[in-house]
Amino acid sequence: MTTTSAPPPQPEPKRRVGDRVFAGSAKGAGILILVVLAGVAVFLVTEAWPAFTASPADLAGGEGVLSYVAPLVFGTLLAAVIALLIATPLAVAIALFITYYVPRRLAAGLGYVVDLLAAIPSIVYGFWGIAALAPALVPFYGWAERNLGFIPFFAGPASATGRTMLTAGLVLAVMILPIISAISREVFSQAPLLHREAALALGATRWEMITMAVLPYGKSGIIGGAMLGLGRALGETLAIALVLSISGGISFNLISNTNPGTIAANIALQFPESTGLDVNTLIASGLVLFVITLAVNMLARWVVNRRADFSGAN
Amino acid sequence: MKLSTTTRTVAVSAALAGTLALTACGASNESSGTAASGGGSSASSAPQLSGTLVGAGSSAQQAAMQGWTAGYTTVQPGVTVNYDPVGSGGGRSQFLAGGTDFAGSDAALGDEELTQAQDRCGRGGVFELPDYISPIALVYNLPGVDDLNLAPATIAGIFTGAITSWNDPAITADNPDANLPSTPITAVHRSDKSGTTENFTDYLAAVAPDVWIGGAVQEWPVPSGEAGAQTSGLVAAVQSGEGAIGYADESQAGDLSVANVKVGSDYVAPSAEAAAAVVENSPKVSGRGEYDLAIELQRDTTGSGEYPIVLVSYHIGCIRYDNQDTAELAKSFFGYVVSEDGQQAAADAAGSAPISDTLREQAQGAVDAITAGS
Amino acid sequence: MSTSTSPAPATTSAGPLGSISQHRRLPRFGAAGIFAVGAAAGIMLSAVTGFALVLAAIYAVVLGTAGLHVGSRLLEGRRTAADRLVTALVRIAFALAMVPLVWLVWTVVSKGTARLDGAFFNQSMFGIANEGGGAYHAIMGTLIITAVTAVISVPVGLLTAIYLVEYGHGKLPKAINLLVDVMTGIPSIVAGLFAYALFSLFFGPGVRLGIAGAVALSVLMTPVVVRSAEEVFKLVPNELREASYALGVPKWRTIVKVVIPTAIAGLGTGITLAIARVIGETAPLLVTVGITAVTNLDPFNGRIATLPVFAYYQLTRPGVPPEFAVDRAWTAAFILIILVMALNVVARLISRFFAPKTGR
Repeated sequence: MTTTSAPPPQPEPKRRVGDRVFAGSAKGAGILILVVLAGVAVFLVTEAWPAFTASPADLAGGEGVLSYVAPLVFGTLLAAVIALLIATPLAVAIALFITYYVPRRLAAGLGYVVDLLAAIPSIVYGFWGIAALAPALVPFYGWAERNLGFIPFFAGPASATGRTMLTAGLVLAVMILPIISAISREVFSQAPLLHREAALALGATRWEMITMAVLPYGKSGIIGGAMLGLGRALGETLAIALVLSISGGISFNLISNTNPGTIAANIALQFPESTGLDVNTLIASGLVLFVITLAVNMLARWVVNRRADFSGAN
Repeated sequence: MKLSTTTRTVAVSAALAGTLALTACGASNESSGTAASGGGSSASSAPQLSGTLVGAGSSAQQAAMQGWTAGYTTVQPGVTVNYDPVGSGGGRSQFLAGGTDFAGSDAALGDEELTQAQDRCGRGGVFELPDYISPIALVYNLPGVDDLNLAPATIAGIFTGAITSWNDPAITADNPDANLPSTPITAVHRSDKSGTTENFTDYLAAVAPDVWIGGAVQEWPVPSGEAGAQTSGLVAAVQSGEGAIGYADESQAGDLSVANVKVGSDYVAPSAEAAAAVVENSPKVSGRGEYDLAIELQRDTTGSGEYPIVLVSYHIGCIRYDNQDTAELAKSFFGYVVSEDGQQAAADAAGSAPISDTLREQAQGAVDAITAGS
Repeated sequence: MSTSTSPAPATTSAGPLGSISQHRRLPRFGAAGIFAVGAAAGIMLSAVTGFALVLAAIYAVVLGTAGLHVGSRLLEGRRTAADRLVTALVRIAFALAMVPLVWLVWTVVSKGTARLDGAFFNQSMFGIANEGGGAYHAIMGTLIITAVTAVISVPVGLLTAIYLVEYGHGKLPKAINLLVDVMTGIPSIVAGLFAYALFSLFFGPGVRLGIAGAVALSVLMTPVVVRSAEEVFKLVPNELREASYALGVPKWRTIVKVVIPTAIAGLGTGITLAIARVIGETAPLLVTVGITAVTNLDPFNGRIATLPVFAYYQLTRPGVPPEFAVDRAWTAAFILIILVMALNVVARLISRFFAPKTGR
């Protein structure tokens, strides 16, 4: 099918009123988006500015806005990276399963079921995380502390409630799994038919066909999907606020009850009771989060677009 | 011909809105809401008021506020009281900015805020009613130990992480008879900013200044221990972790054990009476308006039968409102809140401690002073 | 295009990479049999070490897979063994992904049905101190705010998509394209803070309005609408547009009468999914709309209760005793899931029934 980003030139030189009104309102809508985004950026910067200029002693923590945000950035990245490490291989496997291992009739239904995971509101994930997942993981954390304690990640002491960084990462992983798998599925199903059939015709097993014809083609799609999932994980708010036991500080220990917070969860937890400069500090942390997610999304877009440029598929 | 999606969506939305308007006869439990008509200034003894009173602030008060609004409905069915639990700081700033009619706050107005209140309320100033008192209990989960006594320094040691196991000498010294296990202690604190944390740390800072170095703060200052979001998160964390101890409103303790705290030479359990007693015996903050009942809590009290870890939440409003209706609504509502009925409604709904009669008289005086006009 | 691969011909003996001269296959149920033997061994192992359901399942799956791999390797050779291993792993991955979904739905259903009664749907929290009460006000509020959000972001999103696809030359569309990407990445709580600041500029601090929540949600929803609409507009064949121009139809009528009707199925699906995406948002509504116990149907006046915020507050700030509020919270979460799933079903139906009728 042809993609149409460049419609044919104007059929006639005379511009009708209807055309002008329609084109104008379409353009206006586009500009509105520009204005809104500028509004968001301006608001974030102006509201965050007092926190940057204030004397560090007046801020929460008393050491300036950067040392306030640093552990939060660490926590945000740690939770998101855990989620990504767990979710990406699973999501790719699921995408392969749905595209190449089940009958086509079934595939649509199964894909829909996985997509349902994406549709569940994040607060429900939070509810589930504290009520079901965290308690269920307590025995595992105890086992991990006893048997894997030599690895710094599992140094312990194991949390007695299961509300740890690893639990938060798992909840996030479940949340971003459908995003990564949807995009992977998309690119896998677009892998050139000729390549695939050629591989099979040469006697390759299904796995060999996938390694030869599908994965090389879909690699950047997977990376792009993972980056979009990462963006979602970075901005997740209430699921983390409910599930994670946040004590502050920087720690690589994944199974203890002392965990760094994440930026978004910290805003949700501290904003209601904050006034004055504390609000500015929180908004400054929101600005940092905005910049991080922006960078991740840009990276994802760049990777995905690069694939489009180099693919010889169509 | 097909409709464009835009028109279609608009049509669908319009249809939806229409359906809503049709079904919008209201919730079945609100049907009496429109019964009363206007006219508060007519001279009948108990005029039926109507209108909306808007407040915002302390989330600690929310459950009590549900009790108050529920009870108040039976007195004045025509009045709607909206309370937004945005948090104490937010409630105070919204009130001072004129966004709401009253604020609920876990702390009295600061000096700077009092100056702002001059602009908000004019020269009449503000009233501050300490009419929500909730004892904060030390809840713990230690099977086999139903009775636990803790001295202030021991509590501070537990929550700073200096005391790490339940059979620590400091704890056994307080509990010579108890059979304490060697279970490690998990100290649970609130992960969100809260008035409960502020009152608890204020207590620690007052009674154990040598051990507790974090000061009185809303956000937990020590980077160690388990944390739970909101009271329910904290209680859930204590419930699910053996050896855990935390601080929460006594009413939310559920089936958790509650520790006795050393006051003077006795060990006192949190109770409504003990909490009301410490509030009544604490001095007012000096140099404030006549109806500003802000109190200076005596955390280091040694009086017998007083429990010093309490959360006192205020209702803050104007003595003079610009609007006649608002003034009457506020007068009527807070009159109910400080009344015995109102305090009992809060106790039923939130497990708070009813205020003492002395305090009620003072509060009633402040409520009677509410007027309109600038 | 077929996604199911035709089975590799068993007779092919000379593969492109392999050095296998003979390609034996296990009989039809052989693989399953080997897996079952391994799984049984796993269950027995867990029985020896003290039976636990989860542990037994893990042992069974691991040993079954290992057994299958080893068996296949001995009987069928290295390449087929690798293929079988991957097949097993991929199936396990799918099953693993189903675990949280089923678990989550089960948790919410089992806890959420406690208060799934008539009162929950026709009562608000007005005058309710502990027992009883309902979420009528919150359900209505969610529907109203979502409707207002759709009214704002669907036209803006569609027009922007039309601009990008049909008028998209030059620097401005390129910039807008980029900014839509940026907008997709705005964390929801930041969108809420933005809307709050915007409205507090006009109405003073402490403002809580349904419309502010709708604006916050629109910031999140509009880019989703733009992206999905853009995709489907691009799929409309150029020939249709050219035919329309050739008949002398002006461009705007071509778009309204040809492009949009052709793309209607995709648009409907995309918009419905975008609504499903924002209907469960909690964080932005917490700071913009607040909560109230009474029914308020006017988005331009005062606080409105919404289902996610209602659930959040009922769970985290219960009254005494907490059970009643916690039950209400779970039921609200349950209704939220039902709403979202219903929207997903609607999206499927739209794409099925409004699929472009090319044969006309």
